[in-house]
Amino acid sequence: MNANEILDREFLEIRAKLLDVAAAFDRLERADGSVESDPRMQLLKTAAKLNATDSDHNLSRAEKMQMLFSRQYDPEWIKSFDLSQRG
Amino acid sequence: MNYIDPHIHMVSRTTDDYETLAKMGCVAMSEPAFWAGFDRGSAESFRDYFNQLTDVEPKRAAQYGIQHFAWLCINAKEAENVELSREVLKLIPEFLDRPNVLGIGEIGLNKNTRNEAIIFQEHMELAVAHDQSVLIHTPHLADKYQGTRMILDMLADHSIDRHRILVDHVEEHTIGAVLDAGYWAGMTLYPVTKCTPSRAVDMIEKFGAERLCVNSAGDWGPSKPTAVPDLILEMRRRGHSEALIQKVVHDNPKEYFSQSKNFSLDR
Ligand SMILES: [Zn+2]
Repeated sequence: MNANEILDREFLEIRAKLLDVAAAFDRLERADGSVESDPRMQLLKTAAKLNATDSDHNLSRAEKMQMLFSRQYDPEWIKSFDLSQRG
Repeated sequence: MNYIDPHIHMVSRTTDDYETLAKMGCVAMSEPAFWAGFDRGSAESFRDYFNQLTDVEPKRAAQYGIQHFAWLCINAKEAENVELSREVLKLIPEFLDRPNVLGIGEIGLNKNTRNEAIIFQEHMELAVAHDQSVLIHTPHLADKYQGTRMILDMLADHSIDRHRILVDHVEEHTIGAVLDAGYWAGMTLYPVTKCTPSRAVDMIEKFGAERLCVNSAGDWGPSKPTAVPDLILEMRRRGHSEALIQKVVHDNPKEYFSQSKNFSLDR
């Protein structure tokens, strides 16, 4: 499928998904109390902005968003676990 | 189209699901041992579960013309209990010759803890000692990237043919590392926490179909046992060839399973 065909097929679906996200942010704002300082809100807002940025050659938008929601990997983890001392 | 679901937990599904899957073209499936939704009280409880996986489910599946295969282990969640895990590990060898057993699985990490890593390594040693294939669960959500990288680090320690290992539940940020390292990769079509059919097809388009399988991981949680047919439909709608679709949903799992001595496909 070329880009035009994909857009024809998915425009309404993508529109609906974005609208759903917009309404969810509104719902959070309208509700009693505030979650503005909850770190998850910052993640969601950063993720929402990510959709409007250009992809770069290394990471697609989907990969960037996945990494945004991921815990850090420490390549030295095996030393801190000391797996040689099992038991 | 005939297809194989390489990862589905039929102990949690109804007989009606077997019927639906058969009507949709499912000819074979494999069921890895996993968490039951509660922690079991003893190793004997796992013995019963292994009997269910190797005796009860194959019979239930056969009523609908589906071949049922299984993988055995203690899952990553209960692996936090090292003492219980070691008792369960001792039970496994007596089941490895059951006619539907394909190997050790789904082992892996859950919260990426030291205990989980210890039991992962002990399962790998068991797999190497008994010349078994291995099916690996990677953690969900925020833990997936870290856990997948940790699993790849641990796998590098073992002298096992990489083609005998399938790393499951890969997503956009983990698929590349798994395939590049020479392992098989599984994509799980699962609402909310894993991957949708569209995103799975995106990954097939981006990475190609070599060493890539797709599964529903249908279980007792919100999941859809008919997710593989959803992927078939999405691939057709995008204009992919029947040959490519068949490779992903049938030929690839068949090729991966064929390395297990107990595997043969009737049709
Ligand atoms: Zn599973």
